[in-house]
Amino acid sequence: MSAHDGGQPAHDDHGHDDLGIHATLKGYLTGFVLACVLTIIPFWIVMSGGFAKSSTTAVFVLGLAAVQIVVHMIYFLHMNAKSEGGWNMLALVFTIVLVVITLSGSIWIMYHLNSNMMPTMMDPSNLP
Amino acid sequence: MSDIATTMPADGGPAQPLVFHEAQDHHPENGTLLGFWIYLMSDCLVFACLFAAYGVLGREYAGGPTGKEVLELPTVALNTTLLLLSSITYGFAVLEMQRDRRNPMLVWLIITGLLGAGFLTIELREFAHLISIGAGPQRSAFLSSFFTLVGTHGLHVTCGILWLIVLMIQVLKKGLIPANKRRLMCLSMFWHFLDVVWVGVFSFVYLMGVLP
Repeated sequence: MSAHDGGQPAHDDHGHDDLGIHATLKGYLTGFVLACVLTIIPFWIVMSGGFAKSSTTAVFVLGLAAVQIVVHMIYFLHMNAKSEGGWNMLALVFTIVLVVITLSGSIWIMYHLNSNMMPTMMDPSNLP
Repeated sequence: MSDIATTMPADGGPAQPLVFHEAQDHHPENGTLLGFWIYLMSDCLVFACLFAAYGVLGREYAGGPTGKEVLELPTVALNTTLLLLSSITYGFAVLEMQRDRRNPMLVWLIITGLLGAGFLTIELREFAHLISIGAGPQRSAFLSSFFTLVGTHGLHVTCGILWLIVLMIQVLKKGLIPANKRRLMCLSMFWHFLDVVWVGVFSFVYLMGVLP
């Protein structure tokens, strides 16, 4: 049955292989330094007053957050395309699709809700 | 079958390695980690809904305090530091676990738990302060969604700390057996996932909340 595995030499400590994750000090430290930098920059930008337009600052902060989430995924959560035979990545991509639809959809639909709804509801002359 | 015949001379050893491999062919641990990952992804959807609620309601102050007035960035910066440090200390615990060194691992886990507890303390003090100045969750839609989102994250951290304590007791009693290692890896994913969510919280809620 396990003829396919037969060619590999025996593992010295299969504790690693059972868990399927190889954490390294270098990986954690790289992730930590990157995460620190990506945390300090947005805090510094906002606390020092930000850019002239707050929408520019918002885009900047969100962009850095997205990069930091990717850093956490790779260095702390050990994500890659091959872990768990790709099922990890598949679940992640599916989740990201749902999250993007939920977030952008809600904000898009609801953003002008007040300006669209309130005057018509309050102003009797608009009623048929 | 012919594979075995050809690979045995390549191994240069007796048939023992083959038997050994047959015994550990099933890798049930991987199933657990994948299942736990799928749980985390569903948790991610819970948070996405709360983020969406905050995104919609975050500027509805109802005449109450605005984000700029009640959100204190230095406190959040301290909290972020604590959570980020707890992530790296959990990483160090995992490294010690891989080397089967029980006591150093427990020390790192204790440090992780203390950092998490510090995070929770600061967050609860912030909540208590907000409620005491009349900016509780019932004040406005902004504060309702704020308390729900940040509170849910805090609840997750609380559960993570409880889980951490239980696991430390299990490791003390039974040592670093494979089952405990598997549990530690699950908690590792949970803990780092909470840090990922916190990145979203401090960016989307706090940093963007204080913008005019």
